[in-house]
Amino acid sequence: MATPGKVRALDRVMRVATGIIAGGSLVAMAAILIFLLRDSWPSILYNGGHFLTSISWNIGNLYGNSLSHHNGVVAPAGAAYGILPFILGTLLSSLIAVLLAVPLAVGIGLLLVEYLPWRIGESLSFVVEMLAGIPSVVIGLWGIAVLIPWIGRDLGPWLQAVFGFIPFFRGPIGSGQGLLAAGLVLAVMITPIIAATTRDVLRQTPRETKEGALGLGLTRWEMIRAVSLPWSASGIFGAVILGLGRALGETMAVLMVSGSAVNYLPQNIFSPIGTMAATIVSQLDSAMTDPTGMAVHALAEIALVLFVMSILVNVPARLLLSRAVKKGGEAQ
Amino acid sequence: MTVAWRHLKDRIMLGLAVLMGLIILVPVIGMLWLVVSHALPALTPSLFTEVTVGTGGGLANAIVGTFYVVGLGILFAGPLGIMAGVYVGEVDPSGRFAQFIRFTTDVMAGVPSIVIGYFGYVTLVLGLGWGFSTLAGAIALALIGVPYVVRSTETALSKVPRGMREASMALGASQTTTIWRVTLREALPGVVTGVLLALSIAIGETAPLLYTAGWSNYMPNLQLTHSPIGYLTYVVWTYINEPFAPAQALAYAAGLLLLLLIVIVNIVARRLVSRSRLGR
Repeated sequence: MATPGKVRALDRVMRVATGIIAGGSLVAMAAILIFLLRDSWPSILYNGGHFLTSISWNIGNLYGNSLSHHNGVVAPAGAAYGILPFILGTLLSSLIAVLLAVPLAVGIGLLLVEYLPWRIGESLSFVVEMLAGIPSVVIGLWGIAVLIPWIGRDLGPWLQAVFGFIPFFRGPIGSGQGLLAAGLVLAVMITPIIAATTRDVLRQTPRETKEGALGLGLTRWEMIRAVSLPWSASGIFGAVILGLGRALGETMAVLMVSGSAVNYLPQNIFSPIGTMAATIVSQLDSAMTDPTGMAVHALAEIALVLFVMSILVNVPARLLLSRAVKKGGEAQ
Repeated sequence: MTVAWRHLKDRIMLGLAVLMGLIILVPVIGMLWLVVSHALPALTPSLFTEVTVGTGGGLANAIVGTFYVVGLGILFAGPLGIMAGVYVGEVDPSGRFAQFIRFTTDVMAGVPSIVIGYFGYVTLVLGLGWGFSTLAGAIALALIGVPYVVRSTETALSKVPRGMREASMALGASQTTTIWRVTLREALPGVVTGVLLALSIAIGETAPLLYTAGWSNYMPNLQLTHSPIGYLTYVVWTYINEPFAPAQALAYAAGLLLLLLIVIVNIVARRLVSRSRLGR
């Protein structure tokens, strides 16, 4: 039998050990920031603020001996790195995805919590969770085989016929690859995430208030408008931002359908685009041919910008969600 | 507003919600049908026995590679995530440090996987000089999966009734024994569900592996560093762009295997959750 002293010591060891491991996530986040900053430092010196505002992405002349010097760092002659097209491509495709996903996801969330009987709701829940689990390359596969031809043949011409008075919907449709395809693929990917979180938030609405509203003679929709939605609004908003964060960082599916544009600002909803995440993958092979290594540093800087962006999006989303859940906990 | 109009509006809104539910079925069914129907020509025994060669061959190297790199990743993410979850959910649930870690873990779950892949590339592949390798891929997948394990463990622990802990402590058990023998055991279905969630996410990842595991046409070996490894998602991504029908069929076959793996993992996870809800 262990003595009480030994037991207390064991407990202390357990507490400290699990605490250190729990701190690991903090260490990992700090390490990601530090190493990305360190690796992109030459690119930050070389490109300065132009990195975020310039359109041209050019790894320079790799075949001459001439090098260009700037701020004490060396790159091939003519090298210039600007990611404005990738930033715009990322933001626009994510915006389209969110606009399409929000009504879908909120509708599904309401269906699951307020309308469907428990048993059917559970099966639809399963479908939603399955969709969330489908690998992004498989969604990209569907994008290539089904979505792109459909946009090129049917959806594109139809959109132009209906919304052609808006300049952003005019212009050549092309094969169907591009901004719209990326937005649709992203919408398919973030809808289940927003829907599942919305469902969890809606479930926190106090039952007594809901029953009270119905008891006063409100219809179910009026009850949702008066009780469920106001109660869950901030949580649903958090869920939407969470989905936005996922869309901003999604790589493979977007890479497969976006047309991987470089040096080109999106002109309309059918333009080929490149996103930040997709460009990190699509440009790696050519970047590794740069003997000065500057192109790889520039990719690191894209990763750094993406990392900072994901934190700026996820922190408020998580704050809203944790507050929504706490509110639900107190009410019950 | 007349009563009839209010009820009509109620119906319309219900109709819209049902419509949304039906719309989301379209891509799910479409994807399943697409992958299954196109994978059929490639479904031969050689798929499981041969390695990829050029634009053809089988998937043996990718199948074994996926199990290998994902399994190793979960071997890291599982125990570490559970221990971190025990601290956050059990040792000091309302402490400031635990709250801060909980928040950091949530934010970490939102970091794009390509960023974690690039981090692995900079630190492991280049920094430590491992080259594209199994271990670098497994560590990247572990970093991606660990937040899910932490949060599921914590949620499962928080649902264990306080009385069970008090009973165990009152009988003289230490906190360590209580956690190991009582609370973790009670929370086990939820904990395993978290591990399975991380597993299914890791199986489907591509971007971080491109930067850490590389790709190999050969069967995986036991060398953890300096040796790239194949995996299924890579086949889907690259072979679909080949102009040859057999290569594309191989891409669909890889997609089908990925879907099957993920469906199996999801069904097991769901079984566990419903069993724990019914009180075993």
